[in-house]
Amino acid sequence: MKTSKILAWIAIAIGAIYFFVPLIGTFEFSLRMRRGEYSFDAYQSVFSDIQFQQTFGFSMLMALFTIIFGMLLVVPTAYWVRLRLPQVRPVIEFITLLPLVIPAIVIVFGYLRLYNSSSWLPFTGSVGGTNTLLVLSYMTLSLPYMYRAVDTAMRAIDVRTLTEAAEILGAKWPTIMFRCIFPNVMSGVLSGAFITFAIVMGEFTMAALLNRPAFGPYLQLVGANKAYEPSALAIIAFAITWLSMGLLQLVTRFSKLTPSRP
Amino acid sequence: MSLIDRRTVVDWLGIAPFMIFALMFLIVPTLYLVTGAFFTPDGSFTFKNIADLFTPSIMSAYWISIKVSVASALGGALIGFFLAWAIVLGGVPAWVRSGLLTFSGVASNFAGVPLAFAFLATLGRTGLVTVLLRDWIGFNLYSTGFNILSFFGLTITYMFFQIPLMVLILTPALDGMKKEWREASEILGASTWQYWRMVALPILWPSLMGTTLLLFANAFGAIATAYALTGSSLNIVPILLYAQIRGDVLHNPNLGYALALGMIVITGVSNILYILLRMRAERWQK
Repeated sequence: MKTSKILAWIAIAIGAIYFFVPLIGTFEFSLRMRRGEYSFDAYQSVFSDIQFQQTFGFSMLMALFTIIFGMLLVVPTAYWVRLRLPQVRPVIEFITLLPLVIPAIVIVFGYLRLYNSSSWLPFTGSVGGTNTLLVLSYMTLSLPYMYRAVDTAMRAIDVRTLTEAAEILGAKWPTIMFRCIFPNVMSGVLSGAFITFAIVMGEFTMAALLNRPAFGPYLQLVGANKAYEPSALAIIAFAITWLSMGLLQLVTRFSKLTPSRP
Repeated sequence: MSLIDRRTVVDWLGIAPFMIFALMFLIVPTLYLVTGAFFTPDGSFTFKNIADLFTPSIMSAYWISIKVSVASALGGALIGFFLAWAIVLGGVPAWVRSGLLTFSGVASNFAGVPLAFAFLATLGRTGLVTVLLRDWIGFNLYSTGFNILSFFGLTITYMFFQIPLMVLILTPALDGMKKEWREASEILGASTWQYWRMVALPILWPSLMGTTLLLFANAFGAIATAYALTGSSLNIVPILLYAQIRGDVLHNPNLGYALALGMIVITGVSNILYILLRMRAERWQK
């Protein structure tokens, strides 16, 4: 065998150990709750916890709203920029990358100063307002991923021809948007949605500082107070991430199989 | 109003929702903190907040943050580079490549609180590795001064999302290395070492440096993992800022703004350098 091949396998082995040992360790730890034998007691304890169900449901709902409103914002913008304002594309792209540059904790700090209950726009003055602000903050966090996913999908279709064809057939803009553009960039919308889901479900900083009962702060609370449940929760969280990323890959692979338009 | 004007207005109105959103929830909140860093609580201009960043307690927080970020970025970049090299040029089967890339997609997104739990369950005082080392070979990890709730523990934990990110970004760069370069250098009599030192690494270094900077910024802004792992015992900047937002521990709200400004400057500079290096790297990858 060539030296490079041996070195390659050594690198893979080191990587595999580093990645799998923590996962095995976590799983093993999560089974230790009953003394002297392995059991799924920790999982049972987690699933029967009413707070788990509530925070999990809350985060799911927030993720759903984030995806819906995020896409309603991102898809028309990406469409419009490609159709009418190609000259501002660099600016828009720069803005969508900003959430990767500005740490989340800084963004939410700004929210708390600008939109507190004594400000001109008191988002945090009411529960509904705070939830709205939380969804908006998640939209900000997922903007880089959503925009890139949608814009990549839009590159594969001829936006201008589609629009002109629809206009000639007498379509109004809602029809163009929702029956021509959205279905054609569905692969991008779905990949953006899955990654957003994974981000929102585990997000801690925004929810904790806005004081909302989301899954992330719940995880932190359990971690500070219990022994075996955190490991079970880590396994569950890993499964969620794995599921969303698996679906994402499925969508990307599927969209690559469909023949591209000339 | 002429027809052309109206069309221009409509054109710009189309991106108005996005612009309003970006201004209200991204740009203005950030600018508010940035400008706030240069004012006193009663509204007069000052550099005192910035100067106050250079007090020992805040400086030490920045210093620990920078150390953890540099260490996890370098470690992540090194191991990530070897993994990417192994799947692209190491001649391993295709399933290893696709498996590692899929796993990297998952692991680079597996951060935050659950990641801290995973490492506590593995390298904590009663974690699997700690226990196995003690029972099997009688080695007490914690007697060596190791602690998962420390600089070293946090660095190892951060590498769990740093390595995959490096793999994901570097694999395309390595894929872009042309076979002809290798062949040309071999025909000219270069050894493998000479090829890497004089051809491959000079081409790759902007990608390597750039991605390392990206990993640095990635670790610098992270808070959830560190907070869940160490509580507030490890004094890194995001945790200090978190405590400041929660309860004004610095006793000066505008000093909190300056703290945030410091974070933006550090992540901003490393991202700008990343973009510049990336542009340089792309010259060879057309």
